[in-house]
Amino acid sequence: MPGILNNIAGPVVNAKNMKGSKMYNVVKVGDEQLIGEIIRLRGEVATIQVYEDTGGLRPGEPVVDTNQALSVELAPGVLKSIYDGIQRPLELIMAESGDFISRGVTTRAIDVKKKWDFKAVVKKGDKVVKGDIIGEVKETELITNKITAQENGKIVEIKDGSFNVEEPIVTIETGGKKKQFPMLMRWEVRKPRPYAEKFAPNIPLITGQRIIDTFFPIAKGGTASIPGPFGSGKTVLQQALAKWSDTDIVVYIGCGERGNEMTEVLNEFPALVDPKSGKPLMERTILLANTSNMPVAAREASIYTGITLAEYYRDMGYAVGLMADSTSRWAEAMREIGGRLEEMPGEEGYPAYLARRLAEFYERSGRVRCLGTDERIGSITSIGAVSPPGGDLSEPVSQNTLRVTKVFLALDASLAHRRHFPSIHWLTSYSLYLDNLENWYVNEVSPEWLNLRKEAMTLLQKESELQEVVQLVGPDALPEKEQLILGTTRMLREDFLQQSAFHEIDTYTSLNKQYLMLKNILRFHEKAMDAADLGISPAKVNSLKIKESIARMKEVEEKDIAKIEGIEKEIEEQFSKLRRD
Amino acid sequence: MALVKEYKTVRSVEGPLLFVEGVDNIGYNELVEITLPDGTRKKGQVLETSKGLAVVQIFGTTAGLDTDTTKVRFLGETMKLNVSEDMVGRVFNGLGEPIDGGPKIIPEKRVDIAGAAINPYARSQPKDFIQTGVSAIDGMNTLVRGQKLPIFSGSGLPHNELAVQIARQAKVVGGEAKDFAVIFAAIGITNEEAQFFMKDFERTGALERAVLFLNIADDPSVERIITPRLALTAAEYLAFEKDMHVLVILTDMTNYCEALREVSSAREEVPGRRGYPGYMYTDLSSIYERAGVIKGKKGSITQLSILSMPGDDITHPIPDLTGYITEGQIVLNRDIHRKGIYPAIDVLPCLSRLMNLGIGEGKTRPDHRGVADQLYSGYAEGRDLRSLSAVVGEEALTETDRKYLKFADLFEKEFLTQGKNEDRSIEETFEIGWKLLSTLPEAELKRIKTEYIKKYYKPEQKKEE
Repeated sequence: MPGILNNIAGPVVNAKNMKGSKMYNVVKVGDEQLIGEIIRLRGEVATIQVYEDTGGLRPGEPVVDTNQALSVELAPGVLKSIYDGIQRPLELIMAESGDFISRGVTTRAIDVKKKWDFKAVVKKGDKVVKGDIIGEVKETELITNKITAQENGKIVEIKDGSFNVEEPIVTIETGGKKKQFPMLMRWEVRKPRPYAEKFAPNIPLITGQRIIDTFFPIAKGGTASIPGPFGSGKTVLQQALAKWSDTDIVVYIGCGERGNEMTEVLNEFPALVDPKSGKPLMERTILLANTSNMPVAAREASIYTGITLAEYYRDMGYAVGLMADSTSRWAEAMREIGGRLEEMPGEEGYPAYLARRLAEFYERSGRVRCLGTDERIGSITSIGAVSPPGGDLSEPVSQNTLRVTKVFLALDASLAHRRHFPSIHWLTSYSLYLDNLENWYVNEVSPEWLNLRKEAMTLLQKESELQEVVQLVGPDALPEKEQLILGTTRMLREDFLQQSAFHEIDTYTSLNKQYLMLKNILRFHEKAMDAADLGISPAKVNSLKIKESIARMKEVEEKDIAKIEGIEKEIEEQFSKLRRD
Repeated sequence: MALVKEYKTVRSVEGPLLFVEGVDNIGYNELVEITLPDGTRKKGQVLETSKGLAVVQIFGTTAGLDTDTTKVRFLGETMKLNVSEDMVGRVFNGLGEPIDGGPKIIPEKRVDIAGAAINPYARSQPKDFIQTGVSAIDGMNTLVRGQKLPIFSGSGLPHNELAVQIARQAKVVGGEAKDFAVIFAAIGITNEEAQFFMKDFERTGALERAVLFLNIADDPSVERIITPRLALTAAEYLAFEKDMHVLVILTDMTNYCEALREVSSAREEVPGRRGYPGYMYTDLSSIYERAGVIKGKKGSITQLSILSMPGDDITHPIPDLTGYITEGQIVLNRDIHRKGIYPAIDVLPCLSRLMNLGIGEGKTRPDHRGVADQLYSGYAEGRDLRSLSAVVGEEALTETDRKYLKFADLFEKEFLTQGKNEDRSIEETFEIGWKLLSTLPEAELKRIKTEYIKKYYKPEQKKEE
């Protein structure tokens, strides 16, 4: 006996006769069978958020409960996909409904006809526990999908060969009962997938972005937030991170963002070449695109869909990078739906459960030991963009995000205006992973690293103090040494912190190159200070030719790194010449 | 299809909303026709429907309505617009009815005005450079075909002049002009402003290639929610079915948001920031997102919406939410306007997010990105130094700083300033740009690749001194 539509107002509808339905069950609404989810139950009346446009729905139309919570399909074939917020492939939607998204389109998330070459890694009679790898499928050129056991027990039968994702490949006997499993499994998006143990983050995520790697490192399995007003370069930074950070899998959630921007991602990612393998980046990417004018309820779901897909690959032992652009749009979707439910609003109209939802989302990241006996390690690093209204960080989404994320990359409008990109402000940003990552940097890059970082930060801090004085008295009134400090910090800002995502070489800088660049700038500073002690005027120091080479360090290719190493020597030479004159 | 149903069971009228009782089987968003006691007819739309009750939003004033004899007809379908190629060259009111005395439009198609979201997968990347002839836009915030770029302005600033100048001058270099159309939607602007646009379109002959939808300040405010959607529905038809390149001008989006707030408060919804409804972002996106290029289609929709920032405050919810949806913004500034500079564009907060797709080798010039960035940072530096030199005097500045100061002045005087009818080619824009950059020391040009500096950097030899 189906339910009956009772009231329609925007994306939230009410249905009667829904006794026995469970919270968060997926329902098919109306004659067109629009997809919806139950978000409130009152007696026999269910309130449903509908993932599609509700125009034209009428009271009296049927509502059918599918008796299933909102779930994703997990199997080989997820990678390289481009989904909407509820895991419907946009390509199939287009095939079915044309250039514009119409309603009531039902598609499978994965091509169930496609045959995959399954290779078993366990054999008949082996004992397995949940999470053990039982076989492998080459999913893309870069990624091997690892099929895991979904039950504890004994392998009764396992087949090698070519199968589609719904054909059974394994039979497991548990407590005398035999059960067959295909490669495909379903998982409820609002339920985190289990793991064995979570580790403290002590390996950095290498991003190739100088200001991040050197100054505000993100740990693998960590969380970072990028708040900033519009036009401050959030999206460009997110995309740069997706392209360059050293993760195995990238999940990119375009949550309530611009259509053209999503298209840029959709066009660019397949064209991008993975710097490590030389293969298209798309081979290890999943894109979720739910643009701002697509239904708001699907936007709310897209974050959960994305993190569940990320967890699926984490559980195979991969390092997953999850970019959510933007979590503010997600929070606004919650607010909009909360408003339609006439819930008592919390701060600025956001629902009172905003903080809990944000914390729950970020808590699903981490570096973990996966289920299974082989103790493999996987991680999800979550990087969420926040779009605070008017750039005001005191608003609820920013504040609640700051409470749970460990790296804060503050984008600054005034830096963006003068085209200083990435416009991450060095004085307001922070990373709480520095202590955890110290050992790694000392061992892998250079023992000097932390000292250099500290010195550079001290100089930049000093600069902001000096700037206040300069505002009052002008730069010439400063003591010579302080004038030189301003020269150095300018070099730090322009020649190190600034990095162009559009310059073919500058867009990625290896840790070694970052280290050398920073070392050269600080060596120059050291020499300049010495020169000042000898009474050499700042004007002379500033007119040294080597400053130009320093400015062009970022354009030096990684293979010519010796050129950058050579600069140190030149600095020595030019300063000693200066002393002789 | 549902049948047309008529009721006389109006329970209450509140603001622009009508509550109709005893109704059955009414669709959400369905179109409604209301007959007043005196026989006049008005249109409306269903905002909420339940068994036995429908909430109807009326386009127009509710004066003259009663709860006794007013008739409400539910038309069984959502609001649709008759579209046809013949719309080009015509003038309509805010509800899409012709007001130029011409014949009715014979529809080639009836299209739902709510529009559907373009599948991001079906979109093609906008990448054709549009030359607007305005240096501050072409050189530093390049517009591309399929982009939505709003003008953030304030009352009393010359945004209308700039909009008509762009509409008049915009062209794709080397492109053909015959498949071009301008769709103009006046949303609650004054009659005088609307006249200004019409006159200019007439004077330049643009009217023949234009479709005008006019909702004037004294027209019903609720209609304003419909007007931009009509314009965009017509635009989608012309662009994606008739292969035209359509430029849509929406002015003033602030009036649209006011109307949205009015309806929201009449419905007693929980308000978001400054009383605007919590769903304003989603609602605005359903307008702004209707721009772009679709794979395999020849036409395109480029959107140029104008909004006045209340109190020149860019953090006000209207410009703020707009900026998060549109692909950049052109910001007008009162201080620059007071200096007598036209167009009074403050380039620093301006942005064109799609610029990189439309510039460079084969489109404009390979040095474009570098030149734009260098002009930005030079001007920003110069502006900072202005406040410094006001305190310490110009003499206390270093030689380089003085050059920057001079650069900022020259930038405003030569690069920014241009005539209202001056159509600069992109080459001219570059020429001025390099002339200004050549006043700075070569070592300062860190944003530009060395090869371009070699090619274009020509410092002037000092004559006097």
